[in-house]
Amino acid sequence: MTNQYVDDTIAAISTPPGEGGISIVRLSGGDALAIADKLYHMGRKSLKNQDSHTIHYGYIMDGDERVDEVMVSIMKAPRTYTVEDVVEINTHGGMVATQRVLELCLKAGARLAEPGEFTKRAFLNGRIDLSQAEAVMDVIQAKTDRAMKVAMKQLQGNLAEQIRILRQQILATLAQVEVNIDYPEYDDIEEMTTALIEKEARNVQAKINDMLQGAREGKILRDGLKAAIVGRPNVGKSSLLNTLLKEEKAIVTNIEGTTRDVIEEFINIKGVPLHLIDTAGIRDTEDIVEKIGVERSREVIEEADLILLVIDQSSPLTAEDIALLEQTEKMERLVLLNKQDLAPQLDLDTLMSYVEPAEVIELSLMKKSGVDRLEEKIAALFFSGKTALHGAQLVSNIRHIALLEKANQALDDVLLGIEQGMPVDLVQIDFTSAWELLGNITGETVQDELLDQLFSRFCLGK
Amino acid sequence: MQDKVKIYPSEPYDVIVVGAGHAGVEAALAAARMGQKTMLMTIHLDKVAFMPCNPAIGGPAKGIVVREVDALGGEMGRNTDKTYVQMRMLNTAKGPAVRALRAQSDKNYYSRNMKKVLEETENLTLRQGLVNELIVEDGVIKGIITSTGARHQAKAVVLTTGTSSRGEIVIGELKYSSGPDNTLPSVRLSENLLELGFELDRFQTSTPPRIHDRSIHYEAIEEQPGHKEPNHFSFETPDKAYRQDQLSCWLTYTNEQTHQIIQDNLDRTYTYSGEFAVGPRYCPTIEDKIVRFHDKPRHLLFLEPEGDNSHEIYVQGMSTAMPEEVQLDILRSIKGLEDVELMRTGYAIEYDIILPHQLRPSLETKLVHGLFSAGQINGTSGYEEAAGQGIIAGINAARYTQGKEPYVMKRNEGYIGVMIDDLVTKGTVEPYRLLTSRAEYRLLLRHDNADFRLTEKGHELGLVSDERYERFLLKKQRIEAELERLTQLRLRPKDVAALLEEKGEKPLKDGILAYDFLRRPNIQYAEIAQLFPAEVALDRHEQEQIDIRIKYEGYIEKSLQKVEQMKRMEDKTIPSFIDYHQINSLKAEAVERLEKIRPETIAQASRISGVTPADIAILSVYIEQGKFNMHAK
Repeated sequence: MTNQYVDDTIAAISTPPGEGGISIVRLSGGDALAIADKLYHMGRKSLKNQDSHTIHYGYIMDGDERVDEVMVSIMKAPRTYTVEDVVEINTHGGMVATQRVLELCLKAGARLAEPGEFTKRAFLNGRIDLSQAEAVMDVIQAKTDRAMKVAMKQLQGNLAEQIRILRQQILATLAQVEVNIDYPEYDDIEEMTTALIEKEARNVQAKINDMLQGAREGKILRDGLKAAIVGRPNVGKSSLLNTLLKEEKAIVTNIEGTTRDVIEEFINIKGVPLHLIDTAGIRDTEDIVEKIGVERSREVIEEADLILLVIDQSSPLTAEDIALLEQTEKMERLVLLNKQDLAPQLDLDTLMSYVEPAEVIELSLMKKSGVDRLEEKIAALFFSGKTALHGAQLVSNIRHIALLEKANQALDDVLLGIEQGMPVDLVQIDFTSAWELLGNITGETVQDELLDQLFSRFCLGK
Repeated sequence: MQDKVKIYPSEPYDVIVVGAGHAGVEAALAAARMGQKTMLMTIHLDKVAFMPCNPAIGGPAKGIVVREVDALGGEMGRNTDKTYVQMRMLNTAKGPAVRALRAQSDKNYYSRNMKKVLEETENLTLRQGLVNELIVEDGVIKGIITSTGARHQAKAVVLTTGTSSRGEIVIGELKYSSGPDNTLPSVRLSENLLELGFELDRFQTSTPPRIHDRSIHYEAIEEQPGHKEPNHFSFETPDKAYRQDQLSCWLTYTNEQTHQIIQDNLDRTYTYSGEFAVGPRYCPTIEDKIVRFHDKPRHLLFLEPEGDNSHEIYVQGMSTAMPEEVQLDILRSIKGLEDVELMRTGYAIEYDIILPHQLRPSLETKLVHGLFSAGQINGTSGYEEAAGQGIIAGINAARYTQGKEPYVMKRNEGYIGVMIDDLVTKGTVEPYRLLTSRAEYRLLLRHDNADFRLTEKGHELGLVSDERYERFLLKKQRIEAELERLTQLRLRPKDVAALLEEKGEKPLKDGILAYDFLRRPNIQYAEIAQLFPAEVALDRHEQEQIDIRIKYEGYIEKSLQKVEQMKRMEDKTIPSFIDYHQINSLKAEAVERLEKIRPETIAQASRISGVTPADIAILSVYIEQGKFNMHAK
């Protein structure tokens, strides 16, 4: 595949994800101004013609629709961080609007920046020194590994499977076109016509549109909200998991945790996809594992988007409960007071000094009471936008959407070519692009794949 | 015996080419024409530029290579144009990028005529002999020693030994040491290469039986005549030289009985009864076809004449390593061949190759300076692939002796560039054949524009004469001037009313520039030229250029953009002294692959399988850091 590392224009959200008043989408590269101009609207004003290091008020448009009211900073090369043209779009409309602005930048020709790439460019262009660059290298490396893990997970997912089917469909068509070209005298191989390609292209495009539609409605749907069930032994963590699982038949997948004794499940609660991580098994095993278990719990807690902290109200608060309450204090969490069917032993005043009333839910997993309230609470948190995904997953999603959009454009070009009466082998150029772009999503793009297909499907000679 | 031969000092040369097949002749001609004192040594002088397999040159991708060789000043195109018995343009119903010319050649005439060209070339000595050993001192080539004891000094040596390197022919249970078509094999040289530290592999290829034309029932099978419209490989050959009395090829098919015979005898073919070297997937033996595609009821066979003065017919599509007896049974089961007379038995041949990752993009070996290799020894198959590498190896051997930088053709400049980059970057696990699908920029690599891509380079290298170059420049000028005129010429609706009506299309409402009007797929330049003639009338091939450039402009632009995107990576060279183990962030697999291939540019590195985009980013930064350090000092 082509590796456009050096001279294309990159874009990314350069403020931390979450609820901030203002977010910034940053563009860097030769086309930064041109791309911004495509989205920016303020009378007849063109950003390209403005002085360097100036800031401009206006709107970001998606066609006729106003996406956000923005301030745009213009910094022209070479007096910028990356020594390239840089445009920073300050958005005001919250995370959703910011993401849309980024998507529009990608659609207009920018490539999603890799982790650390702005800094990398700054270094490559001689802006920062060696020691700074080495630090960046570490960052790039670390983030690449994490990105790869995320990618691996998505590979197992539904999207990857759908993409693979689509690619196989395109590949079969491509191989036949190639065979017609390289072995024109084999009369027993069906001639691939533009009419047949058109049918295939429309078919594939319809499916891509479905995917894009789905992705729009909720990027999160595919990754799930990471919810960790934590608590000391025997407070009912496993029961909670089982209850949620039993009531909800919509289990998407069941994958083994990367570390032993952590169970991960995907479920759907009132339309909210939850990626449940249960640390239940950790402490119930022998003492030797206990230390590892504690470490692991801490990791799980740090990675989670939402904590479900289970506390047994039929016994007094222990030091361990308090440690967990402190540890999760600044996180999005729900504190579940379980075993309401038994006599209360818990000192509510002590507890309330650690928690907000709104975080507390009383329930009895034994009697299955209070579970409804829990589910409603999770859904409410989600739809109010309080819980957010971790950055890496967000990024991967946008990358996928951008690639799907590009593949879609390539298919538009296929259909346009056919309409204009172009011959098969030219139409096929765009069809191949679509295939390659889809391959970038799943990370499978090798030209040899096509040759293998060619040789395994057709018997050839001359 | 060999050890008793007394070594004697003999004539020194600038360049010695070992082997006079299709790679060797182009290499020797290029070196000699570039002013180097050159010797071309061959095992058998009557087998110069011989075609031991099919009597055909060209076809998809391959035909474009022939034109690239021609544009660079090579001989294959010219020689084919002088010696063909049939010419066909393939893929005419498809787009311009994949049209391909193919000739059926007169096998003997091709060889004889090429020999004459070699004999008449200045600075070139053609010699029969067997090279046993390379003289290498401190990793630099110094010359060769022949089996008759001659020690020739040389500044550069090009190995183009084809399938002769420890060749072994297999026919059923029979196996014997031999080069192609029962010529002498070259054994000692292979051993010498191993001693020098080269990594060799064994490849296999096969050829079908030849039959007598009087034994064919032509009335029962289908004729495939040549094309009437004149086309040649060389940009120098005029249309009027087109041969009128062309020979035909013939088509027939295998059937269920054929397949049964093969099934029943599979245990008698070496390929299926034991370990055998790797054969090509794209040119399978007939037994391979039956095994791998057992549900196919029939396979197509072409009967091809081997020349004007020969009654031998080549059975294309039936290459085989079956025993002779079975070959006869197979042939006689086929429609039209019931009474066939066998003239030559089909066979498979196993031979040594140099694993091509040991080569630089210049085709110089990484191990020995001044030693180059080209053609089948590098793991390719096909006369055209050999010639394409041959001319590059010859050019670079000559430039090496002149102390000049090597010439490397890029992937966007020609199929030859695609092929060599594939070989040295990805290696190959089977005999490598060029296919149009191997080229990512195939719309730019058309057969009609090979002269536009490479004539200037050929001239600069000293292989294209001033006179030919002038003619090319004039052609270029005429086309450009005409394109310019078409962007100025405004057509009024009434100008083209008749033309549109004739085609059953709606008349124009407004005026339109001729250039834009020509974007319509069903409007040809010739039709506009008839209405508004150019100052100097364009010939047929020039007219075609106008149509292609206007009609496919959008797609051509897109390809050019892709090339532009890659360019900075192509231009970014990797220092030869780089130690990949020192780059601690690279993946282990990437380090291993990069150490093995040792790419010369970042772009080449990015094409190595197992090297990810992340690795490339890290490598880029690392290299820039090195530069940074140097600047700091």
